[in-house]
Amino acid sequence: MRAPVSWLGEYVEGAPVATGREVAASLVRMGLEEEDLHGGDITGPLVVGRVLEFVEEIQKNGKPIRWCQVDVGQNGQRVTEGTPQGIICGATNFAVDDLVVVVLPGAVLPGGFAISARKTYGHVSNGMICSAAELGIGSVGSDDSNAADGIVVLQSFLGEQDAAKLTPGDDAIELLGLADEVVEVTVTPDRGYCFSMRGIAREYAHATGGTFRDPAAMASAAANTSGYAVQLADEAPLNGRMGCDRYVARVVRGVNASAVSPPWMQKRLTQMGMRPISLAVDVTNYVMLALGQPLHAFDVSTLRGAIVVRRAQAGEKLRTLDNVERTLFSEDLLITDGGTAVLAIAGVMGGATSEVGASTTDVLVEAAHFDPTSVARSSRRHKLTTEASKRFERGVDPDITALAAEMAVNLLLEFGGGAADEGVTDVDHRPARARIDLDPSLPARLIGLPYSSEQVIESLREIGCDVLEPTWSGAGSGSDSASVSAPVSKALSVLPPSWRPDLRNGPDFAEEVVRLRGYDQIPSVLPQASSGRGLTHGQRVRRVLANTLAEQGFVEVLTYPFVSAQSHDDLGLPAADPRRTTVRIANPLSEQAPLMRTSVLSTMVEALRRNVSRGQRDAAIFELGLVTRPDGEPRVAPIPGTLERPDNATLGQIMAAVPPQPRRVAFVMTGDTDPAGWWGPGRPADWTDVVGAARALASALAVELVVTADDHAPWHPGRCARLELADGTLVGHAGELHPKVVTSLGLPSRTCAAELDVDVITAASNVRVQARELSTYPVAQSDVALVVDEQVGAADLESAVRQGAGEMLESVSLMDIYRGGQVGSGRKSLAYRLVFRAPERTLTTKEVNGLRDRAIAAAAAAVGAVQR
Amino acid sequence: MSGTNKSYDPVEVSTLDPAALDAAVTEALTAFAAADSLESLKTARLAHQGDTSPLSLANREIGALPPTAKADAGKRVGMARGRVARALAERQNELEVERDARLLVEETVDVSAPVARRRLGARHPLELVSERVGDIFVAMGWEIAEGPEVESEWFNFDALNLGVDHPARQMQDTFFVDPPDAGLVLRTHTSPVQVRSMLERDLPLYIVCPGKVFRTDELDATHSPVFHQIEGLAVAEGLTMAHLRGTLNHFVEALFGQGLETRLRPSYFPFTEPSAELDFRCFICLGSDGSCRTCGGTGWIEWGGCGMVNRDVFQACGIDPDRYTGFAFGMGIERALMLRHGVKDMREMVEGDVRFSTQFGMEI
Ligand SMILES: [Zn+2]
Repeated sequence: MRAPVSWLGEYVEGAPVATGREVAASLVRMGLEEEDLHGGDITGPLVVGRVLEFVEEIQKNGKPIRWCQVDVGQNGQRVTEGTPQGIICGATNFAVDDLVVVVLPGAVLPGGFAISARKTYGHVSNGMICSAAELGIGSVGSDDSNAADGIVVLQSFLGEQDAAKLTPGDDAIELLGLADEVVEVTVTPDRGYCFSMRGIAREYAHATGGTFRDPAAMASAAANTSGYAVQLADEAPLNGRMGCDRYVARVVRGVNASAVSPPWMQKRLTQMGMRPISLAVDVTNYVMLALGQPLHAFDVSTLRGAIVVRRAQAGEKLRTLDNVERTLFSEDLLITDGGTAVLAIAGVMGGATSEVGASTTDVLVEAAHFDPTSVARSSRRHKLTTEASKRFERGVDPDITALAAEMAVNLLLEFGGGAADEGVTDVDHRPARARIDLDPSLPARLIGLPYSSEQVIESLREIGCDVLEPTWSGAGSGSDSASVSAPVSKALSVLPPSWRPDLRNGPDFAEEVVRLRGYDQIPSVLPQASSGRGLTHGQRVRRVLANTLAEQGFVEVLTYPFVSAQSHDDLGLPAADPRRTTVRIANPLSEQAPLMRTSVLSTMVEALRRNVSRGQRDAAIFELGLVTRPDGEPRVAPIPGTLERPDNATLGQIMAAVPPQPRRVAFVMTGDTDPAGWWGPGRPADWTDVVGAARALASALAVELVVTADDHAPWHPGRCARLELADGTLVGHAGELHPKVVTSLGLPSRTCAAELDVDVITAASNVRVQARELSTYPVAQSDVALVVDEQVGAADLESAVRQGAGEMLESVSLMDIYRGGQVGSGRKSLAYRLVFRAPERTLTTKEVNGLRDRAIAAAAAAVGAVQR
Repeated sequence: MSGTNKSYDPVEVSTLDPAALDAAVTEALTAFAAADSLESLKTARLAHQGDTSPLSLANREIGALPPTAKADAGKRVGMARGRVARALAERQNELEVERDARLLVEETVDVSAPVARRRLGARHPLELVSERVGDIFVAMGWEIAEGPEVESEWFNFDALNLGVDHPARQMQDTFFVDPPDAGLVLRTHTSPVQVRSMLERDLPLYIVCPGKVFRTDELDATHSPVFHQIEGLAVAEGLTMAHLRGTLNHFVEALFGQGLETRLRPSYFPFTEPSAELDFRCFICLGSDGSCRTCGGTGWIEWGGCGMVNRDVFQACGIDPDRYTGFAFGMGIERALMLRHGVKDMREMVEGDVRFSTQFGMEI
């Protein structure tokens, strides 16, 4: 919403003279956030000029330019002596004798555009003839959307009559109101009344201590029974509220169809960002901007019967003013002609047929009060937000309906002639506004400032509330001992003003008190939080996982969790894979990715590809995040009321309908993992790096990980490690991706990846590690090579060795894997280094050999190992 | 022993002749001094201290002397041998020091050569900011609460006083789960975590809720359909807007710098009343540069919305609004990163280009 500083000054008396920025700062303090500042940034000379003659010269590009001689009065003497001035102009929408706006050397246009005499197109152009865009006044007086680029011709901009009073050389800054700054503010949904100069001026008065002069403080013609017939026939009110509870209709006949609105009104409309159109339309817009009451003007000659306000019927249609044929919804509130022909969607937009036009002489002015919810729903259903709907949705003052119509009628009469009908229709079903009890100590308790009762009352009265102070009973009655002198209620009884439907309870009033008395007065007090327990185990685990991966060379990414069904095929997931059971977004940004991911890996692929395509051939990335894993059963989350806590059964239903979202960590790598350099060649990443990283994560959290071979999409069936806890709980998978997956996903060959369940790791690591005593006796080392069948996993062999070697075994390391003639085909030899240490003595060679032999025997028994 | 010459004169034994001894010593010292390496010193040592050296021979001949002469000759030979031994040790030491110094010079490498044997990864700066903010609050005794990203409408909207007619519930703003009447959405803020916390946790309650949120905005330089928020909620008896301000002042100072002035201005949110926006002094221009790009010349940086928890929200969560008060606030993590580290384009935060995260290191 915009507010010209000059217009504000008209409604607020006694406020100090202020710049636009100062006005904006005042309004910000009242809760109207500054959006922009317009105007006020032109410095002269900017003058009225008359085009005396011009020569049109066609340029090489085929575009014409005009070399004009312009009379600019006594201005612009710096370069050429006397008048006229020679000026080059690229626009062609003006003629000889037109009055135009000329900016002369030394002036500065909006955006800091400094004007000087300059040589161009073979002439010295001594200034510029201005377009509406250059002056920052938008497109004016034309339906052509390119009009902003056209020259402002003052005869059409101001009208012949007013233009006739101008003399070349007159100051155009004042004439066009360009010195007037316009403040643009954001209006929050609770302050619908600030979609009017009346509302903003009221806040400006609060901010500055000026006196608010209410533009609605005027008399309106009394309603009678001879006005245009109006019936309010809402048979399906929403939430028990009538769609329309007040409808004022006034008729003005014999208006001059070609009359235009006065320049001051056009200027204000332009300043407000609206385009002057015709007297009737301009007047309704002007009143709306001034008072916040949207009006509609009907051409009386198009109407056949009474105005009937009712809900739509199935199948009804309306071609609205924006020339769109709209099928109406049964909840839409309509303005109809005699109950049949649809004239308008109430409070949103009128129809084309009843629109006032170039030949309209008899105008019906509608001023009505519509239910905010009804208008909001219609506006959204039709995806149609208008100046009217914006205001009705947020609440329009129901007490100014008749006044707004009166103001419009008066303006029509003043500038269009004609006569107003004696009949004044005002169908008024406004519900009474309720008084609200307010504990006067509440603002102090909520804000933390010691507001007195008097201060609270003063502030509430200032914003227009009617406040009744507590009444006292029983005073002075001596005969009845039970009657004590005590307040019946110590609460204030507050009637909010008609334009403040948002004021419903104590905290609403508290906000008004602190708003008026200043948010800047609120002190700063640090609360003493009840002693917290720090991060949870799960939160600490995630930090360890992320930091460990970063230290292992992986870079953290945060990808969007949206995938396509195709991505499941690309990953080679079997048809019945639970990862194909997804949550689908009803309104995805892209139909290409309407599903929530079921694995983190699936969305990281694109990030890896992007890195490679940007030249990062050696890339390792990781992500920690949620996946959505519904069980496929359709469930609906109930939506209970909010007047009380839903019962546990309902809450349980809500929780159960929310699909499980386990947390995962995934990492993927390609290219070299150890970089090449002057020190030697790089080392390409392979399956050992991701399995190693997974093992590192487990070690970092002191979790034992059992690694076995698996065949699980999207991994290479011969290079896929299944990661489990000691108790067999699945943690995840790691290894090289399946060559087909690599191809279908467009990844570099041999890309390796892993995905682990963070929730499982978190639970597994949530045990206190019990310390082992460290022996300081010497270690004894024994090497052994064991030959097994190719199918035997190293994990199984090692586990047998460990079990056989017993408690004295401190560590076992796999030093070599050999395949070849010496061990026979289909066999492999694994060389282990066993390290033994006893807690309380030095082991003898004999003992060590015995332990080693037990390990060999156990390996032989478990997996058929033979010592080499 | 029968042939022992009792009148044996040691001076007559040539090797024990004092002049010869002196000459041998001088010769040895000269040879040692002339040795320019440990190897040549070894050769000199063998020549002048070895078994066949004149001094060793002399030493051996002492045994053949009559007892009367033994002491005198022994003394002279011993002194001579001592001189030679000392000179040798001295020279040996000198040459070793020289060798050690030379070795260090020879082993010199160019330590300025770039080395990157192992590649270090990096955390995502949004996560680091989020952790940092969480730590600020944990240090004050608050806790970090989390919740699901696919969330029920009731938690995301209704319980927060965003009724069915609230604009945010329209499909142009919110991702709805299919079918749309399933009552599920992608959470549009982390506030549903606050609702869950109020329903599940004991009072008093001091929590911050960081996390991913979703709105149907196309990705561009300043918007992303997926972004991160951190919201805070305190519920206790006697909490006021002054406590809200105190908390946010501390937060701003901890994240952006000590002594930054803040301002509260009235605003509107369905879930708070009174509501406010918190701005803080532009830490770039401190309000003195009308063309400052960080604050747009206003001198203030908009930081986030806040307010006192709306009674309706308490009601929906079963908290007695006449006994408890509370405050809540919410900020964008992306915005914090943009402000604090000059990130200009939202897209860089979501693309996963390793160069983006790597520049921030592991602590922000
Ligand atoms: Zn600044």
